[in-house]
Amino acid sequence: MHRDTELLNKTNIAPGAGETVVVAMSGGVDSSVAAALLHEHGYRVVGITLNLWDYHASGGNVNLESGCCSIDTMADARAVCHKLGVPHYVSDFREIFERSVQQNFIEEYFVGRTPNPCVRCNTFIKWGALLQQTQDIGGSFMATGHYARTYLNSTTNRWELWRAVDRQKDQSYALWGVRQEALARTIFPLGELTKPEVRELARGLGLKTAEKKESQEICFIPDNDYRRYLRERAPEAVAEIGAGNFVDVAGKQLGTHAGFPFYTIGQRKGLGLALGRPIFISAINPAENTIVVGDDEDLRQSDFIVSSVNWGSQFCPANDTAVSCKIRYRDNGAPAVLLEAEPHRVRVHFDAPQRAITPGQSAVFYDGEVVVGGGVIERIVNT
Amino acid sequence: MNRIYLDYSATTPLAPEVLEAMQPFLTEYFGNASSIHGFGREAKVAIEAAREKLAVALGAEPQEIVFTSGGTEASNIAILGLAPTFSEPRHLVTSRVEHPCVLNPCRELEKSGWQVTYVEPDATGMISVNAVAAALRPDTALISIMFANNEVGTINPIAEIARLAAERKILFHTDAVQAFGKLPIDVRQLPVSLLSLSGHKIYGPKGMGALFVRRGVKLQPILFGGHQERERRAGTENVAGIVGLGKAAELILGQRVAETARLQRLANDFWKHVQEIFPQATLNGNPAARLPSVLNLSFPGFESTALLMSLDLQGIAVSNGSACSAGSVEISHVLRAMKLPRERAVSALRFSFGKYTTPAEVETTLQALAKILQRSPRPNNSTN
Repeated sequence: MHRDTELLNKTNIAPGAGETVVVAMSGGVDSSVAAALLHEHGYRVVGITLNLWDYHASGGNVNLESGCCSIDTMADARAVCHKLGVPHYVSDFREIFERSVQQNFIEEYFVGRTPNPCVRCNTFIKWGALLQQTQDIGGSFMATGHYARTYLNSTTNRWELWRAVDRQKDQSYALWGVRQEALARTIFPLGELTKPEVRELARGLGLKTAEKKESQEICFIPDNDYRRYLRERAPEAVAEIGAGNFVDVAGKQLGTHAGFPFYTIGQRKGLGLALGRPIFISAINPAENTIVVGDDEDLRQSDFIVSSVNWGSQFCPANDTAVSCKIRYRDNGAPAVLLEAEPHRVRVHFDAPQRAITPGQSAVFYDGEVVVGGGVIERIVNT
Repeated sequence: MNRIYLDYSATTPLAPEVLEAMQPFLTEYFGNASSIHGFGREAKVAIEAAREKLAVALGAEPQEIVFTSGGTEASNIAILGLAPTFSEPRHLVTSRVEHPCVLNPCRELEKSGWQVTYVEPDATGMISVNAVAAALRPDTALISIMFANNEVGTINPIAEIARLAAERKILFHTDAVQAFGKLPIDVRQLPVSLLSLSGHKIYGPKGMGALFVRRGVKLQPILFGGHQERERRAGTENVAGIVGLGKAAELILGQRVAETARLQRLANDFWKHVQEIFPQATLNGNPAARLPSVLNLSFPGFESTALLMSLDLQGIAVSNGSACSAGSVEISHVLRAMKLPRERAVSALRFSFGKYTTPAEVETTLQALAKILQRSPRPNNSTN
């Protein structure tokens, strides 16, 4: 077995002394390397793969190789653990995943919002049920293959979530919901590494998952067709809503749509409207089942309310705290200020209007590397 | 780490004597029992000797024993092989607490027009003869009730149910996979038509089982091929497996009475001490009519998967319900049918003891358990 000492040192993992750490293992390369690194650093690793939904009941194209929760991925995770000589279990969290993630996913679309199931899975499943299980089996820490970092700030005495060194892979955006006490028990072994370095380590460690593809965006919708999923999961609700109207900003009727849950803010394709210029969805009005379309300019807003906030590096920042605010996963963030911060709610003002601020998506506030806090975009404030 | 195995209801290690008996048939005596030549004859003789051992163990005639690939196949042949002998779909009585290898063939029959009544157990998991009697109909063709339950160890009144079936001239199958070798079974006294058993629960090989088919009971094969096993189970015989099963049956028969008494003491002792270290613990299953080797216990406030993992991390193997293919577990259909309160159902662990369990292992397990149960229990009984 080839060991790249330089890379191992680069991980910056605190040496373990046999503490038990549960590693959430998807069967992919990232969590495999996370487990291997902790094992190398002297921790007592316990691999757990989450069984979150019934692979065969999920519909769509189940032949997609990368799907999680299939028997294959569990076998991959088990094989990696076996190679490391550490125990591996499958935890059945289907019930809580259905309740906390899938049902919420459906409900959000039916109130005209665009949900972010990965954030909820992290908050309620991994740093909820799995962290609880970690404690139940006497584990000291929980680790995942996420690209992010944590530090204890000795001045504020708060645990800080930091962006990953690999900016391409940084997943801090989806981790804003992890609470202080949960961060204190969390290890992100990959935060200091780049994806190519992780693959190199996987090859060096002889892990069979080294060349596995990236997983898809929403695990429980393997074909990535959320509209099909909504129709299958909530046929009555879909039928009840029925078709509605596309309107322009002034309220003028432009055509009909299939029902508001099937559209998202900023969407351009698949509208079936020919107006001779690019148009986008700028608002969704569930009460009237209407969808407002407009020009790129109509999409740009600067003020919005964020709810369900979890504060990170500082609790309830002072008025006018300047941050960089990310409103979607693939987004570099834009300068903003936090206004009227409350324990669970904040108003955000972008310095320059931003495109497609989407209710239901997460807004995450950064101060450089550090996550100041995050929450769910509640509504736009028209200024 | 010294590992401790307390999951004998899931499977058992091969007894050294069984391995020794099997070995020549994996090497030197490799013949096909259907062959006319000397190689074939050796195999055939060994198979028939094993059949006699099994017949002796059950009080059956050798020709009433059909070797199968395990308990699952035995029960499948009993249920699915019997159905086509009736000219039209009929009614079948089984129970909610059967093993999937009985439940799923019954569900399969429902697809072809059979009607199935699933008898409810009492709170201890027991199927009463009255409940079975109440489910019978004029067109009932088969009753299938397990001898002893695999999860909680409850022993059913099989003799009474068998007599009821005989009086009503209804065929009766019992899945005796857990009971065989642990409880006295003599088909000369017990009027069962069909009885399934398995090799790997009695220190024999995996992939090996048998079905007792009382003389005169007609069965269709469910596998189609050669004429082996009097045309009741096609396919070249697993000679080494059959020899192993015969040896295992012979061994367990000789040790049954003494071993039962020993395991009873061990299990009772364990249960007594568990109550001392965790007074809220409860016993699931029948306190009296229970397999001596099985203890299904609940630890309210805890979650069985976490308890199982915690014990496993210390090298102690127990079970929290039937072993499942992906290794993930939901509340077992048995505990659900017993209408166990949720808090008890989600915190149930099955400890099953066997031939190689020592008092020292039981002591070590109690110490580990005591430590784990000192951890703070859940604020509530759900997972969030």
